[in-house]
Amino acid sequence: MKQPQAYSHLYGLMAEFETPEALLHAAERARQEGYRKLDAYSPFPIEELGDVVHAHSRWVALIVLCGGIVGLVGAFAMQYWIAAVDYPIDVGGRPLASWPAFFPVSFELTILFASLAAVLGMLALNGLPMPYHPAFNVPRFARASQDRFFLLIEARDKFFDYAKTKSFLESLNAYEVNDVTP
Amino acid sequence: MSEQIRNPSHSPVVAPGYTFRTVTEKISSIVLKGTPRGWYVGFAICFLLAMMLLVAVTYLFIAGVGIWGINVPVAWAFAITNFVWWIGIGHAGTLISAILLLLRQTWRTSINRFAEAMTLFAVACAALFPILHLGRPYFAYWLIPYPSAMGVWPNFRSPLVWDFFAVTTYGLVSLMFWYVGLIPDLGTLRDRAHNTWAKMAYGLLAMGWRGSAYHWQRYHKSYFLLAALATPLVVSVHTIVSFDFAVAILPGWHSTIFPPYFVAGAIFSGFAMVLTITIPLRAFYHLEDFVTVRHLNAMAKVMLVSGLVVAYGYMTEIFLSWYSGNTFEEFLTQNRVFGPYAALFWVLLLCNVVIPQALWLRRVRTNALLLFIISVLINVGMWVERLVIVVGSLSRDYLPSAWGMFAPTAWDWATFIGTLGLFFALMFLFIRLLPMISMAEMRELVQETQPHATAEAAAKPE
Repeated sequence: MKQPQAYSHLYGLMAEFETPEALLHAAERARQEGYRKLDAYSPFPIEELGDVVHAHSRWVALIVLCGGIVGLVGAFAMQYWIAAVDYPIDVGGRPLASWPAFFPVSFELTILFASLAAVLGMLALNGLPMPYHPAFNVPRFARASQDRFFLLIEARDKFFDYAKTKSFLESLNAYEVNDVTP
Repeated sequence: MSEQIRNPSHSPVVAPGYTFRTVTEKISSIVLKGTPRGWYVGFAICFLLAMMLLVAVTYLFIAGVGIWGINVPVAWAFAITNFVWWIGIGHAGTLISAILLLLRQTWRTSINRFAEAMTLFAVACAALFPILHLGRPYFAYWLIPYPSAMGVWPNFRSPLVWDFFAVTTYGLVSLMFWYVGLIPDLGTLRDRAHNTWAKMAYGLLAMGWRGSAYHWQRYHKSYFLLAALATPLVVSVHTIVSFDFAVAILPGWHSTIFPPYFVAGAIFSGFAMVLTITIPLRAFYHLEDFVTVRHLNAMAKVMLVSGLVVAYGYMTEIFLSWYSGNTFEEFLTQNRVFGPYAALFWVLLLCNVVIPQALWLRRVRTNALLLFIISVLINVGMWVERLVIVVGSLSRDYLPSAWGMFAPTAWDWATFIGTLGLFFALMFLFIRLLPMISMAEMRELVQETQPHATAEAAAKPE
């Protein structure tokens, strides 16, 4: 197997497409060609695209579950400790650990911690905030957030070869193929 | 058009002929192009009212709660009425954005963003009142369980402490849900803005969003999970608000119907507020293609159904006051219907039960002007309902020697109307600075509903 060539002045090649269908087709073909270090950009979520580029992460759901459990256990433990241990108030001999009364706050804090985990976990997994990314060096990439669809093959992919990859992307009926500087 | 009137449920959620580009242009141009004169006029009026709130609150902090009309039996009055009313209004935003998302109702897409903004600002207005009403508002932070030097902790058996946690969680979760929804659109604004400062501000807020397939996948999952978390939250928040009343032993408050009845009332008044805001907005910014007759029709139906649940709540209250055989409950109902505050009760019946029945007619549901008038009246009716619950029970409870009447002062009104000013001033700023309709979701909707239009537009040379 050939070693990947070093392209110090190139982050990758980016092809622009006009429809989501064209991008889907291109991403599928690129996977078939063996490219793995690729990313697809679209102005709205395309479910099939995630399948094509194998973007599957169970982490978000797991992080949310953990957040919820921390919130629930933490809230219950806090209330129990405050009401029964640290600051007991005897009201006519009623039980100090009056657990049914602790449910509303436990419920709210479960939701709060799970939601915080959902947002912060998603941002952390996506590497956001990210002040700089090479994709933005292509001027036309501004339309990735509006009406165009982009496929990026990174230069560090082991099948990447400037001339071959470029002609491959052009053969996919791309509107334009651009070099992405790092 | 006449076809649409005949059955608006079958008309498209986006008018035909839109492409990814035109949808994006139309929504983002409201933010990126100049400010219309009408905006300045509206914002100026609301800003002045918000300044009135500032004056009212400043004087309240100097002089104390004695400037309001509250007294010893009626210690809650306007402040808690306003609190419940505002928080109820907020609930429609979460309902539209979370529950309708989970139910995959496509018509939510063009109204969810500003309904969420409405939630956020309504919660901000609501959260003011319990603090203002404290008497010693500088001790509000005592509700937070923190290891204080006094060695004292909040009482977790009190609904007022539950309320603090519910409202805080609700505010934070609403903010996160709204912001996560905004991230892709902030990226669009960053890429479309020409002004350097605008580009930088939107760029910072977009956090480097680039629409990667990997990002979208996690984003989508996180957004749906947030919706799934917000759905039980919205129900729990108003349930806990109703516990403030239901856990007390006052006649007219101590009732198990309160949680479902309050949640239905919140949805009812919230949808009324969404319509009160949507109808002028869509006319002013010419958004009839995105917020179509179908949207108005659907919202009117939700309002009708939740209104019927509220009416059922009224009936149950009256029935149980008789069926319970409790003298005080019986007296409370008599007092509500014929007592000194009877006029308020009849106003609430008229606004919340009688007038909404017009929504059975499709002609009313598809008429923007009539719908606007009805929604304003429902807002009034729901505010009066909370006043009847709060003041009615407090003014005449068990012992006639402990009775007392409440009459609002100018400062009561100034504070309430001031929060209306604050709410609408924030709404005006939101409309000017952020996209009021989710562009990413609208593009998705265009792709789903009219793929031919996008293919044709793409085939055309630039």
